[in-house]
Amino acid sequence: MFASFATLLRRDLTLSLRRSSDWLNPLVFFVIVVTLFPLGVGPDGQLLGEIAPGVIWVAALLATLLALDGLFREDYSDGSLEQLLLSPQPLPLMVLAKTTAHWLVSGLPLVLLSPLLALLMQLPFQALPSLLLSLVLGTLSLSLIGSIGAALTVGLKRGSVLLALLVLPLFIPVLIFGSSCVVAAAGGFETGAQLSLLAGLFFLALALAPWATSAALRISVES
Amino acid sequence: MFRWFHKLASTRNFYRLSEILSPWLSVLCALLLGAGIFLGLFVAPTDYEQGESYRIIFVHVPAAWLSMFVYMVMAFCSLLVLVWKMKLADIVAEVSAPIGASFTFLALATGSLWGKPMWGTWWEWDARLTSELILLFIYIGYMALRASIDNPSSRSRAAAILALVGVVNIPIIHFSVDWWNTLHQPASIMKFDKPSIHPSMLQPLLLCALGFTVFYWVLMLIKSRTLILERESKSSWVQERITENRL
Repeated sequence: MFASFATLLRRDLTLSLRRSSDWLNPLVFFVIVVTLFPLGVGPDGQLLGEIAPGVIWVAALLATLLALDGLFREDYSDGSLEQLLLSPQPLPLMVLAKTTAHWLVSGLPLVLLSPLLALLMQLPFQALPSLLLSLVLGTLSLSLIGSIGAALTVGLKRGSVLLALLVLPLFIPVLIFGSSCVVAAAGGFETGAQLSLLAGLFFLALALAPWATSAALRISVES
Repeated sequence: MFRWFHKLASTRNFYRLSEILSPWLSVLCALLLGAGIFLGLFVAPTDYEQGESYRIIFVHVPAAWLSMFVYMVMAFCSLLVLVWKMKLADIVAEVSAPIGASFTFLALATGSLWGKPMWGTWWEWDARLTSELILLFIYIGYMALRASIDNPSSRSRAAAILALVGVVNIPIIHFSVDWWNTLHQPASIMKFDKPSIHPSMLQPLLLCALGFTVFYWVLMLIKSRTLILERESKSSWVQERITENRL
């Protein structure tokens, strides 16, 4: 069972790494969106530092959303998703493997790149650890929650806009706790509460999302 | 119990039941709403703090209650769809979504109208208004998903999954928005403490809430009848009714 998890994880990682546009495009999108904000609101360092947590978080959320669309699409169109559903392995576990692979190529680079953007946005240095931690927990939850939407829309022609409509409202709690964690850290306050809540959301999503995604995949493939 | 349940679950019996019930419920709805609005607008005393403008409460609060109640009905129906593949539950869920979205919109619009004299602004990022807005987004997403899947059986089940995911999320969203709001709300905003409501105001409020609920049942029954006819247009009982000209 865990061997199949590892195999699927390795397969997805190899596939994504060979097609660099898969993980590179959302990353570039992330950088460009954050760059747009100073151009839009002006180069005032203090204002930028104040809105930096929210801007970085919203940009990370949108970049995750952009990457989500491809989570099941390739496998759906070449038929390997059907094989996955037919295989004797527990589907939620397989979904979890795919989501993990997806996070490793889309969420993790976002987290690693975020300090650079924090620098551009004049975020106080002391907020960096919180930014990284909150983004790790947050993007994990976003990938898990988003996988439900991706599974529901995989068979549809104009699925990507619909995907945004479906999952963005569900992303709101993660955004609220994530950005407020960074705001608190930038102001020199404790961030334990926010991080615990983010971790709570992550574990809740980890416990429930793979099952919902599996059910949604079965429906999408059947039709 | 289960036989009764099965009987009700057949679209034909439900159609019949809806035909019998909806005129009576319409009358009941008119009485309740008429009494509630009359008591609310003409009999209930003026609020000493908010003046006459508080009277919008008799529309605003029932609409907000109904927006959540209808979502609960949808979620319950979704469970029936996923577990028992009940056709009727899917029909009720489908017709309820636009009604619930309208109640949500009504609650938002009246809340905004109420906010103008109370807070001095059309829109305040108040926790309740914000979570109501997010609920509206969820309703819209649900309807958009339904509109974009062609296959009827997968449409009903995909929508059911989304409704159930939403039901898990709504309390979390509500809590997080509440928390976010207390963090961000500047203290200068006037926060009027709600005085415990006087019976003369509570009675019309309850009457209106009941009236709104019955109004939802009436709309739901009538709209599901249309949808049943549409979906069962090939079945013999619908054909029979068409030839006898009694729909």
